[in-house]
Amino acid sequence: MSSGKEITYPNDVKYASTHEWVKLDSDTAIVGITDYAQDALGDIVFVELPEPGMEKKAGEAFGVVESVKAASDVFMPVGGSISATNDALRDAPETVNGDAFGAGWMLKLFPYNAADLEKLMDAATYKSKIDSGEIH
Amino acid sequence: MSHRFIPLTDADRAAMLQRIGVNSVSDLFADVPRDAQYPEINLPSALSELDMLRTLHDIANRNAHASEYAFFLGAGAYNHFVPATVPHLIFRSEFFTAYTPYQPEISQGTLQTIFEYQSMICDLTGLDAANASHYDAATAAAEAAVMAINSVKNGRKIIVSPTLHPHYRATMRTYLEGQKIPIVGDEDTALSLDAVLDQHLDNNTAGVLVANPDFLGNVRDLKPIADRVHAAGALFIVSTYPIALGMYQPPSAYDADIVIGEGQSLGNALGFGGPYLGIFACKEKYLRRMAGRLIGQTTDTKGRRGFVLTLQAREQHIRREKATSNICTNEALNALAACVYMATMGKQGLRQVAELCYQKAHYAAREISESRQLRELGYRVVNCDSANRFEFFNEFVVECPKSVAEINRALAKQKIIGGYDLAQEYPHLKNGMLIAVTEMNTREQIDALVNALRES
Amino acid sequence: MSIVANKPEPLLYEMSNPGTVGYSLPECDVPMTQLPSDLLRSELNLPEVGEVDVVRHFTRLSQKNYCVDLGIYPLGSCTMKYNPKVNEEAIRLAGFSQVHPMQPAETAQGAMQLMYELQEYLGAISGLPGVTLQPAAGAQGELTGVLVIRAYHLARGDTARSEILIPDSAHGTNPATSAMAGYQVVQVKSDARGNMDSEDLRAKVSNKTAGIMFTNPNTLGLFEEHVRAVNQILHDAGGLVYGDGANLNAIVGVARPGDLGFDVIHSNLHKTFSVPHGGGGPGSGPVMVRPDLAQFLPSPVVAQEGETYVFKNPAHSIGRIKSFWGNFLAIVRAYVYIRSFGKEHLQEIAQDSVLNANYLLALIRDVYDPQVPERVCKHEFVLNGTRFKKEYGVNTLDVAKRIIDYGYYPPTIYFPLIVPECLMIEPTETQSKASLDEFAAALRQIAEEARANPQLLHDAPHDTPVTRLDDVKAAREPVLRYKHL
Repeated sequence: MSSGKEITYPNDVKYASTHEWVKLDSDTAIVGITDYAQDALGDIVFVELPEPGMEKKAGEAFGVVESVKAASDVFMPVGGSISATNDALRDAPETVNGDAFGAGWMLKLFPYNAADLEKLMDAATYKSKIDSGEIH
Repeated sequence: MSHRFIPLTDADRAAMLQRIGVNSVSDLFADVPRDAQYPEINLPSALSELDMLRTLHDIANRNAHASEYAFFLGAGAYNHFVPATVPHLIFRSEFFTAYTPYQPEISQGTLQTIFEYQSMICDLTGLDAANASHYDAATAAAEAAVMAINSVKNGRKIIVSPTLHPHYRATMRTYLEGQKIPIVGDEDTALSLDAVLDQHLDNNTAGVLVANPDFLGNVRDLKPIADRVHAAGALFIVSTYPIALGMYQPPSAYDADIVIGEGQSLGNALGFGGPYLGIFACKEKYLRRMAGRLIGQTTDTKGRRGFVLTLQAREQHIRREKATSNICTNEALNALAACVYMATMGKQGLRQVAELCYQKAHYAAREISESRQLRELGYRVVNCDSANRFEFFNEFVVECPKSVAEINRALAKQKIIGGYDLAQEYPHLKNGMLIAVTEMNTREQIDALVNALRES
Repeated sequence: MSIVANKPEPLLYEMSNPGTVGYSLPECDVPMTQLPSDLLRSELNLPEVGEVDVVRHFTRLSQKNYCVDLGIYPLGSCTMKYNPKVNEEAIRLAGFSQVHPMQPAETAQGAMQLMYELQEYLGAISGLPGVTLQPAAGAQGELTGVLVIRAYHLARGDTARSEILIPDSAHGTNPATSAMAGYQVVQVKSDARGNMDSEDLRAKVSNKTAGIMFTNPNTLGLFEEHVRAVNQILHDAGGLVYGDGANLNAIVGVARPGDLGFDVIHSNLHKTFSVPHGGGGPGSGPVMVRPDLAQFLPSPVVAQEGETYVFKNPAHSIGRIKSFWGNFLAIVRAYVYIRSFGKEHLQEIAQDSVLNANYLLALIRDVYDPQVPERVCKHEFVLNGTRFKKEYGVNTLDVAKRIIDYGYYPPTIYFPLIVPECLMIEPTETQSKASLDEFAAALRQIAEEARANPQLLHDAPHDTPVTRLDDVKAAREPVLRYKHL
């Protein structure tokens, strides 16, 4: 399904092996799926997100991302309380394809479990594991 | 000698084996355990086409059928008129011998007809979206229950009306047994719907399934029920009889969230119970939890309109154990029959069929009810409101002075198939017989039924 | 496709001309009563089209379909064989088509006799004599079978079994069914020869295993070489073996699942037994079980008491799985099909379907890449399109679409999921040698085009009522019905 475009691995986020990212914005954690993940899925046609107010642990599924021929669960990279979800994705799921690390964000967590951050990878580690086929 | 359905000769087979590079067909089955091969299978000998047809005529002649008998039997399957357009068109090879439309470029025929079917079901029910079909109304009811469980937070049980078809209630139980979802509400089939809700409706209720017309033929405005159900946070699911919707207000009028129904009456043969057509429609907000195939409109690379299977990420071939259902093959040809039927009847025809059913059934009920002789014998029509008016569509209950099975045996001798015996499922209706009347029943047949009841 | 077929066809709604009718009904012949005005609908927005235009509309639409009666329909795992026309004569007899499911049993003895006999035939063919004809399709047969397995364990007081094993090559219905029946799905890997990986199987089977669901031959078209060992492993662990009968065509008459250690199987009458697919159903998916499991089958089944046929509820039935008795008219067709072959010819179905598949594979194997080249296939085979993608930039979808240009329906693609760029071909026994030679020539020509002119494949199909359709648009902005203006 690859679009052939260069996959990006920004340094200002942390990565989970299940292809989610977390970015810290003062005391809030922002969560989305990686550029690699959106590229592998292809054209995203629907994003199902949870109700704000729910608490979830790291590793728990929080939603589903659908393309025409696939559907993938998306998991909490860190635990926390879901304080906001990106409603814009309801009508424009393609935003995740176009700007996975920006406008394609999915959740805001406040508070979040900072201890879970330690289990996540930096960009170089995540990229090397993908390049080597260790995660896919 | 070769069999007529296999176009290969022994010379062909020999040449093919040689090309494959094996000596015999048995080399192609070398991985099948030798001792299990070619067991003695106890089957009759092959029949020629002519002998087969003779045998089939013999078997078919042992069944009473609607061309020779007057049918007053419904209970979920109805003898309606099927216009000649329906069999003619659905048995065209191009529809009939095609597969599920996986390759849309050479399946637009099937795809567009199902899109039209979906559209007409939406218009008939008043709901936003309809799928391509379920196996029948019973399985549509079960899928609706699953959908309610998945859609309602804290939804842990389903309430059914005691006057939902007994087969639908039984099927729902089987489907939901493995997931341990209780189906409640029909423990006492004599209870009214309001009493059932008083007893069971709470904020753990995922859905309430009510039939309209109900199994005993009654039609009512369900808005007050819908309001109660919605106030409890549950989904309101209505089982309908599509012919009735030719005249009655659609379930959207009383705010149904999901509508299911038996589509057999829309151009499908009685066929001793199947294949039939499970109608399934819902409000748009529940769309992505719907089971089954959906056809959507889109455009091709040249900008032309075309149709495709869509929202497939809900389905088993993609979602596997997380799919909304395991359904794959459904009842596309029956949906096509319904589509051709609705196209042929159109808005006026469907209304007229419904009114004919209504008028003839009410005539039959009046004739039974107003016959002093029948009253004295102990026959009584049950479907009356407080003002003693009949409130049914085309099916009504008659309490009888003796067992329905016995009456039906007597009727069958006069080439009449009597009504459904309610004794087992509705024992409070004393010897209850559920009589259905459609546009297929002439006044002469109805009068003959009334006379036969007098004599039976 | 003809010129007529390529002309866009309006929707019925767009053809509607208010006041036109396509029906006629008799006048009301009874005294009329007032309609219940407070319950009536004010409008019904169905199209209004005359009879001639209804017929033309659907006839023109039909010409936009490919079908078995036009030629080879090589969808793997779908068994798109010829649908004998005598079947259709049968189901149109009034004594079948106009019989009510609830009429007294004594007035439907012919229908019940036919059902009883088909139960007996399917029991004999499968080697599993407990039979229900009630399930409406393969997937419903699966649900029935898994619920029977569940009932078996519960009846023994064995309540801890919560898992069903499923090979990674399985149809999606298998895991979906297991989940519906309340089970966790545990996946078993395939090995390089296309069998179940026995080490992985041993690692995953346990006292939590309720059973295994697998197809044999599997979705690679390969017979499980260790079928008895697999089934023994399950039985030793107290689990049951469910056979997905989707591929029964490959062994019908040659071997019986019951003799190979299967406890429960379903059969798709719309595959092996020639019931037409109708563009996506109706099907029929009877379930066959070993004798001690018959007590759990759905209610009712047809039994014989003296000269009379009756409906009976099995003693510990899982309950009803649908309304009435099953897809009876599909049952009639399967009955006719089995009696047309009889005990003399039944095995020719499997023999010739396997012969045809191996022959077709032999004709193209030097230009396409079989997934497991060292093995003889059964009724279908799987090609791996990775080399085409890498060397020519042509993916399996492109190959499939180009097949349409040659006047054929494409094979199943991208399934099973374990084979990249998968192409799965099942010719069935109802293809002549000449038709296979022609089809193979087309496939060879396409392989050559993939190398020499890949753009031809990327743009395919060329001469169809529509070209490739925008799936993404359809899913992002669903339009599922005609919108009234």
